[in-house]
Amino acid sequence: MDPQKKRQIRLFVALGFALVLATGLVYTSFNASSEARQPSELGDAVPGKSYEMTGNVVRGSIVEQGEGIRFEVRDREGSGTIPATYSGVVPDPFRGGREIVLKGTVENGIFVGERDTLVTKCPSKFSEKQNQ
Amino acid sequence: MVAALIGTRGDRRWVDAARRSTYSLFALLLVCVVAIEYAFLTSDFSLSVVANHSSRETSLFYKFTAMWSSQEGSLLLWAFILSLVASVSLFFTRKKLRDVVPWATAIMLGVGVFFTSLMLFGGGVNPFDTLSPVPENGVGLNPLLLHPMMIIHPPMLYVGYVSLTVPFAFAIGALITRRVDAAWIKSTRGFALVAWTFLTIGVILGARWSYTELGWGGYWAWDPVENASIMPWLITTAYIHSIMVQEKRGMLKVWNVSLIVASFTLALLGTFLVRSGVLQSIHAFGDSTVGPYFLGLIILVLVGSTALIISRLPLLRSQKRIDSMASREAVFLINNLLLVGMCVLVFWGTFFPLISELFTGTESVLAAPWFDRYTTPLAVALVLFTGIGPLLAWRRISWQGIKRVFPIPTAASAIAVVLLLVFTDAADSFWALAVFVLAAFTFVALAQETWRGAAARRSSAGGSIPGSIVAVATRNRRRYGGYIVHLGFVVLLVGVAASSSFETKRDVTLNPGESVKVEDYTLTYEQPTVKRDGQAVVFGAEVSVEKEGRRFATLEPTRRYYQRTSGTKTIAGYFEGEATSEVGLRAGVRKDFWVSIEPDTNEIRQRSQVADERFGAYMRARVLPVVQRDPSQAGALAQQLVAVQGLATDQIISDYVNPKTATAATFRVIVSPMVTWIWIGAIITILGALFALWPARTSRRRKAS
Amino acid sequence: MARPDLPPQEGLLMELAYLLLMTAAVAAFVAYPFWGKGRRTVAEDPAVAALEAAREAKYREIRDAEMDLATGKLTQDDYERVNAELRTDAVGLLRDLDEARDRASPGNG
Repeated sequence: MDPQKKRQIRLFVALGFALVLATGLVYTSFNASSEARQPSELGDAVPGKSYEMTGNVVRGSIVEQGEGIRFEVRDREGSGTIPATYSGVVPDPFRGGREIVLKGTVENGIFVGERDTLVTKCPSKFSEKQNQ
Repeated sequence: MVAALIGTRGDRRWVDAARRSTYSLFALLLVCVVAIEYAFLTSDFSLSVVANHSSRETSLFYKFTAMWSSQEGSLLLWAFILSLVASVSLFFTRKKLRDVVPWATAIMLGVGVFFTSLMLFGGGVNPFDTLSPVPENGVGLNPLLLHPMMIIHPPMLYVGYVSLTVPFAFAIGALITRRVDAAWIKSTRGFALVAWTFLTIGVILGARWSYTELGWGGYWAWDPVENASIMPWLITTAYIHSIMVQEKRGMLKVWNVSLIVASFTLALLGTFLVRSGVLQSIHAFGDSTVGPYFLGLIILVLVGSTALIISRLPLLRSQKRIDSMASREAVFLINNLLLVGMCVLVFWGTFFPLISELFTGTESVLAAPWFDRYTTPLAVALVLFTGIGPLLAWRRISWQGIKRVFPIPTAASAIAVVLLLVFTDAADSFWALAVFVLAAFTFVALAQETWRGAAARRSSAGGSIPGSIVAVATRNRRRYGGYIVHLGFVVLLVGVAASSSFETKRDVTLNPGESVKVEDYTLTYEQPTVKRDGQAVVFGAEVSVEKEGRRFATLEPTRRYYQRTSGTKTIAGYFEGEATSEVGLRAGVRKDFWVSIEPDTNEIRQRSQVADERFGAYMRARVLPVVQRDPSQAGALAQQLVAVQGLATDQIISDYVNPKTATAATFRVIVSPMVTWIWIGAIITILGALFALWPARTSRRRKAS
Repeated sequence: MARPDLPPQEGLLMELAYLLLMTAAVAAFVAYPFWGKGRRTVAEDPAVAALEAAREAKYREIRDAEMDLATGKLTQDDYERVNAELRTDAVGLLRDLDEARDRASPGNG
């Protein structure tokens, strides 16, 4: 094969690889992702579908329940709340008033968190506000 | 900066002046940094940055490091490091790259202008902002940051990010002056390698901190800010390889300058992500005013660079091509595709919430499993080519050559497969098995290379075997430095594969005296521990671990609860401040035993609240009237109250260790294999980079006949 | 640490004095190339520098080829072919280098 043809073939292979990667990326990411919602938006949640809930933990609402905990989550700016249960690793900064991200499903009006998916945002280290 | 721009016309005096102004910038910023640190060390709370991030009780070490935990301080650090690396790079190139240096200086100083004006005009981020009235005591440092590792990790990462400015500036300069030539390659490669080394250190330290400090037992979570640090790393790694192809074949010029632009942009993006509220992350420290400015800079850099590259395309085209796919150049190309592909993947996943919002209107998030699933094959492919690369020759290798170099490593990997399948359960995880097998291939390939190289030298120059190895390595620093780096990298990936695929994780609640068995370890909750330590109460457990009947370790995982930093300090206030975990870790060459604790503090909390109420009542009924009648007594009374409060706290928390009131605690136990190899691999990698960077004494040049 | 309690005007005057002093010092340092009589930095000619760097790279390639032969990746024939090609390149580079040097400093031996 003359070099020109070789180069063309290589180019096609590389482009093909890139194309496969790109389609794979797009397809799997939209499938595997969880929609991000705040508590007030979970009213019409599809049962069994996984969501990524963000919100603030309502102060004083954290109680221990069995092997895990139960607490209320409120919208970041708003008043919609939803009760949530969770078992698994509780991050160090977790406490009332903090902003959290939790992956899970909605069952009977309660947000059931997936194990080990609770993320608590570090309180603003750059903000002027005090902790509480 | 102005001087540098004028200097581009050719008048050396302006260029020298520009260089001197860079040195002066460094000196001035040094003064700033020293001044701020002095303020921290002397607890000068008239500066708002000191008041917000330090306190009288903070220990000296953390007072020093608190400077860069703040927004203003970290901007100052950025600018300071920039002036340092710019000065160093200009010093080493003061007689070189005549046409490029003025532009490079201008760009580096331009970025410096950005950061200094941000501090001056950005709104609330001036490190020298003052508070009035001066507060009595500061807020203190966030307890999560009170860890030695956390405190070197940001500066190291910063040095990595910032030092990417240098190759970027020199690349833009070279493009503008149309001098993308061998001399440019030589200096830029050095800069990129230095930046790469610091980035590697920064990323690894972050991972290690996460593993040893946080209560989840992992070292990488694909958190947006973590990703922001690994993306420039991937691109810079790709660049270090593809620049060698440009050096030898004169091709890939456009690709290389694009890589540099991309890495610098990603570094800026990383710095930006931490400061804005754009993505949900455990690191994202809230919205701040400087976010939009960074975005502006990033866009400017991207648009400007792209326009410049396009305008110089005719210059950058090359006629040469690679000879054959069975050559080292081809492997480098594949490696580039893999690395850039991985970066694209990570980028896509990190920004997916924004992308999905753009296209579907709903914000969707991708979690760690997605990242793991798709980066793993790419990483495994990288290991494969890390093994093949050293075996191939430049330009092309003949079939006979292949027959000479491939058999031994291939045999080794075949043996490895058999051994692994027979003696371990490695087959349970396909990818881990693939990594192990390819790692065996790579180790043997590298060993073979080293052996044959040393043998060749020995046959011509004599000497012992170790001596020959050292001699051949030091004469071919680039090659053998690269081999060491690859060795370290593969060791690291072996550690990652083993620890992520074969770890055992158990969450269990135990009462004092109870035990649990995890793999072949038996953990016994011996007794609870509690103490008051400065601003925190520490609850923990003494835990003994036995393996096969013999005492293996005694660990003490604890949780520290810090007193809250605002409002009156009450006993219950300990549970309203920050909490950190101290993990019990027994690391080993083969396995790590890791345990963290979540104590049951409910009763203690309740009792604290009752005590606080009684305290409050006492204060109102008895103490306040006294103070109102005679304010001068306030100080003495306050001291007494603090002492009494301390005693009460000690009394209450001692209930935790009282056998009659002891409660169960929840433990997380993780046994993971080969985690230590990750750190060992990282150290080897860094040593290899240093070896490659070490200036070789100028060898006597052999003139071609 | 308490700063010495100077009356406000004097404090401001001190700060102003520091500022002026520092600006003057920096300006003097930066502008030295213009008024100083010391040596100016002389940069090497870029064409010459590029060729020198290319020459270094070419020598490294030649050494690499030797290593490849020694470790068995290249056959003797392949090696001789590659070596010859590289050395021809090198000779060309050296010639270009001499020309560039002459152009850069004509009249120098």
